[in-house]
Amino acid sequence: MPKLPAPPIPSSLQAPPPRPGDGNGKATKPHEHAAEAGTAVVDWVDERTSLSGGARWLMFRKVPKGTNWFYTLGSATMFAFLSQAVTGVFLAMYYRPDPSGGAYESIRHVTNEVFLGQFVRGMHKWGSSVMVILVFLHMGRTFFFGAYKYPRELNWVIGVVLLILTMVMSFTGYLLPFDQRAYWATIVGVNINGTGPLLGPYLSDFLRGGPEFGATTLSRFYAIHMLLVPGLIAALIGAHLYLVAKLGTTAPPWLKAEQNPELREADA
Amino acid sequence: MSDKHDKHKSKYTLDREYPGAFEGETVTRRRFMVVGGQGAGAIAAASFLLPALGFAIGPIFKSSPHRWESVGSEDLFNPNNYVPVVITLNPEIGEAGKSTAYVRKFNPAIDKDPYDRGDSYIAISSRCAHLGCPVRWVDAAERFICPCHGGVYDLLGRRVGGPPVRPLDRFYTRVNANREVELGPRFSVNSELKRFSPRDPGEPLDGLGQYAYPSRPGAQKL
Repeated sequence: MPKLPAPPIPSSLQAPPPRPGDGNGKATKPHEHAAEAGTAVVDWVDERTSLSGGARWLMFRKVPKGTNWFYTLGSATMFAFLSQAVTGVFLAMYYRPDPSGGAYESIRHVTNEVFLGQFVRGMHKWGSSVMVILVFLHMGRTFFFGAYKYPRELNWVIGVVLLILTMVMSFTGYLLPFDQRAYWATIVGVNINGTGPLLGPYLSDFLRGGPEFGATTLSRFYAIHMLLVPGLIAALIGAHLYLVAKLGTTAPPWLKAEQNPELREADA
Repeated sequence: MSDKHDKHKSKYTLDREYPGAFEGETVTRRRFMVVGGQGAGAIAAASFLLPALGFAIGPIFKSSPHRWESVGSEDLFNPNNYVPVVITLNPEIGEAGKSTAYVRKFNPAIDKDPYDRGDSYIAISSRCAHLGCPVRWVDAAERFICPCHGGVYDLLGRRVGGPPVRPLDRFYTRVNANREVELGPRFSVNSELKRFSPRDPGEPLDGLGQYAYPSRPGAQKL
């Protein structure tokens, strides 16, 4: 007599498959507890947030054939920004935006007396140049690979805003050491802003916080440098990354479309 | 057709056949809630954004009182050559608020421009009219020379070379009761040495320049 197939049991009622370990998933020995700890924590968070789906969406994407080292320039720029953010936070612990000598003195203190201060300040100082260079290389890659074209125009626009904000960071950060070079570079930079007709004079007044370079200029630049612009950059990097993950990356322009119809995914 | 059109024209929701409309009601409750909620949100946002904006751009409209500063006895200065003096542009920030001015006695042989008559001293600002670097008076060349981008000015502060867009700025001068020369507010001049309220470097004053680069509110020439 043929045996009837077993009736379908809802998956929630089925017995779970056996899990590794002596206790079938229930850790019984201390080393099993330790081995499961990481998974348990991740599971606990994921059960309450469903973050793993987002992480898979972000990281396990299809990338086109021909993807090469030029495609790492965007992440390189982002890590340069992260490095600036971390070193900047530690510099801010020592910096005083005091124009009558305190600012220069605090930078001198960081450079000469604080443990590893010269190193962290050097990372921030040279890292800013690295970030500007990487931004331009990334922009060049995007331009020459045609990666700004439909449907990625908005991401190009966000990138241009990020370039401008990076320039604002460089300009405002240059004043903070408050030595002769910083002072005169800022005088010249503010006056360059003032050469725009009609609105220029008001823009330079806004930057200086008044008709002359004064006590508010330094604190104004400091607030723009460490509060206003970093927040904007972080938010826009988030939008930039979202669009990259959403739209995918482009194949390099020298790669021809697949001619063999059997290998074309769309026709399959 | 015209009947339906009339229904949509009426200002009463009852006539427009909205479900649950009240007698005499002109705005639905949903629409009232949307407008009211968004309006309240806009007021809440404006109540912190407008003060913050005003706080940020307020300094543009700040006018500082005229300061007069003594730079030394009348004996120090002569009509033929400049003497550098240190003046305080901003007393709040120590050394960074100080600047150099070049002062000489009025010389009828060279100060022929009508705007200079009546001043017994000529005080030239060391702020380059290109982008604000400090010019210095080079005695041998009888020129003001800027170290940054090569701006060159003659004895009267008029541009003779390089990128500056107007002559060097000047300060009002007066002599006080102790026979000391005092420097007052700064003013800008165009290439004919006509006086204007103070402008920033890089802002031309010839032709349409004075309109393209308006002076800040509250800044006046004397």
